[in-house]
Amino acid sequence: MSDHPKLAEKFASNTNRMKWHDKALWFVRQKRDIQAQSLPEWEALRDKADAIKTHTLANLDHYLSAFETNARKRDIEVHWARDAQEHNKIVLDILRRNGATKLVKSKSMLTEECHLNPFLEENGIDVVDTDLGERIVQLRHEPPSHIVLPAIHLKKEDVGTTFEKFLHTQKGNSDPTYLTHEARKHLREKFLGADAALTGVNFAISETGGIVVCTNEGNADLGASLPKLHIASMGIEKIIPRLKDLSVFTRLLARSATGQPITTYTSHYHSPQHEGEMHIIIVDNGRSQILGNKKYVKSLQCIRCGACLNTCPIYRRSGGYSYGYTIPGPIGSTLGASKAIQKNASLPFACSLCASCSNICPVKVDLHEQLYLHRQDVVDAGLLDKTKHRALKMATWVMKHPMIMDSGGKIARKLVPILPRNLLYSKFNVWGKNRELPPFPKQSFKELYKERKK
Amino acid sequence: MTSKAYILDQIRTNIAKQNTTQVALPDLEIAHDDYHDKDKQFAQALQSVGGMAHWLDTQENIETFIQEHYQHHGTIATSMDLQIEHINPNDVQDPHELKNVDLAVVKGEFAVAENAAVWLQDHENINRSLYFIAQRLLIVVKKEHIVASMHEAYEQINFKENTFGTFISGPSKTADIEQALVIGAHGAMECMVLFI
Repeated sequence: MSDHPKLAEKFASNTNRMKWHDKALWFVRQKRDIQAQSLPEWEALRDKADAIKTHTLANLDHYLSAFETNARKRDIEVHWARDAQEHNKIVLDILRRNGATKLVKSKSMLTEECHLNPFLEENGIDVVDTDLGERIVQLRHEPPSHIVLPAIHLKKEDVGTTFEKFLHTQKGNSDPTYLTHEARKHLREKFLGADAALTGVNFAISETGGIVVCTNEGNADLGASLPKLHIASMGIEKIIPRLKDLSVFTRLLARSATGQPITTYTSHYHSPQHEGEMHIIIVDNGRSQILGNKKYVKSLQCIRCGACLNTCPIYRRSGGYSYGYTIPGPIGSTLGASKAIQKNASLPFACSLCASCSNICPVKVDLHEQLYLHRQDVVDAGLLDKTKHRALKMATWVMKHPMIMDSGGKIARKLVPILPRNLLYSKFNVWGKNRELPPFPKQSFKELYKERKK
Repeated sequence: MTSKAYILDQIRTNIAKQNTTQVALPDLEIAHDDYHDKDKQFAQALQSVGGMAHWLDTQENIETFIQEHYQHHGTIATSMDLQIEHINPNDVQDPHELKNVDLAVVKGEFAVAENAAVWLQDHENINRSLYFIAQRLLIVVKKEHIVASMHEAYEQINFKENTFGTFISGPSKTADIEQALVIGAHGAMECMVLFI
């Protein structure tokens, strides 16, 4: 069972690093704002994206079937996987059938979700993640801590020492340009020596039977164009009806993700390469269940841009690992809770209900509302943390007794301002960690209200 | 039951359970800037992502431009009809043989002013890897082949004859190490768009 508060505390115990992490992500959020504000039609784009996705999800069976038919016409083999296990087995079977043992992967949160790497490694496949951030965390035996910026939790010195150990780079050299170019050399060898490539899918187009993969580095592209075998893994929700729908999504995706007008490479694969083989695996793994829940269905609209992570005050200060789920941040909190509420009961509470995530989401997922509803599910399932449960019960009791509430407030307003700091900010006041209490007002709202009414 | 039948069945059952109201597939009429000076917009956007744009004068030719701009170059690969020493990437059987290409000169179908992306497709280029394996990329686009936004762009794209197509906007880049932007991750270290 993941316990967000405990893991977050661990991350936040290094105050400097926590503040640095917060700032790094806020910088990305600001770049996103500049891009969004530069397009007067931004809200219209979000509305269209929302409508396309809502329509698609309500007709998902139709669009997936049509996609398969159209992809087959293009010599693409299509596979269906109910769950992670079946997905992994399909990948291994394709590799074995082709005698492939060296696989280059481009970033795919779906394969993270399926724990594909350890499975393939156990079966004798050499798996190399080729996105720079993914490669860094792979060498460190860590999962990605962010869906778009997998190594955002690391400082350049951390990357430097990692590369010293594995790529034999110069001792003490942590210059990002130097390190990136050393990784380029290292990974070129991997690309050139690979037997097969595996990529994720950003968009699958029902009408044409092809898929789109977006990267800035070109790793998916180089991978999929060198070895003759290309496998692409997609969740059932990645489908869009028409080719032209991409005009909306390609405008929204990179602007929301990293504040760029478009990713450097937006590649449309519509057949195997010359004399090659291409496979697409359509994966459910719990998604169809969410489809049946009106409260949470919109979470399937997500295009994995990561904007909600960058803007979330909790994510920025608690780091990706505090969520204990493949996808962190607001979107991960709702997906995790939908998938296994028992295991992820603390995630809907890793939220201040500030609604920034919903306001920023390019496809209008009602994130904060979903998290609010999940909290109720957690309570109904009897999974609420005991301390929190007692505190809420106490608060309910106080609020039900106006006399106690009023006099309690009165005492607090008199007492708190004169309490010595070391008592006020003792370990019992968890709110006082890393922040100051606001100045206490002289009068309560009720008193002010009565006075003004006179 | 096959997994396909099972998944589609689950999807249908769950959609029915939810009792959704149908939302029609929207039209994509979106009022947007059509950039009164598309060239200027394109050049600015490309510069902001680390690429360069150049418009050839009528008297200049591509060969002269290459000689002047790429004075020190290794192997040039192009399937265009150019009077300079080059290899034809379509003559190469194995895409791995393109690993030493220094400069790929490729045809861009059209450019998008909004985001400095250029559309390339494999109509005449068998080896897709050429676009990504070359150290430097020179994309040649006709001056009149520039559109304002992605909406016009997708109106021009179809996959009737093409098996692959890609938008490329600038050189390969990454910011995975402490958000520091570094040009030259896996693909081209330099990207020039030449309008002729």
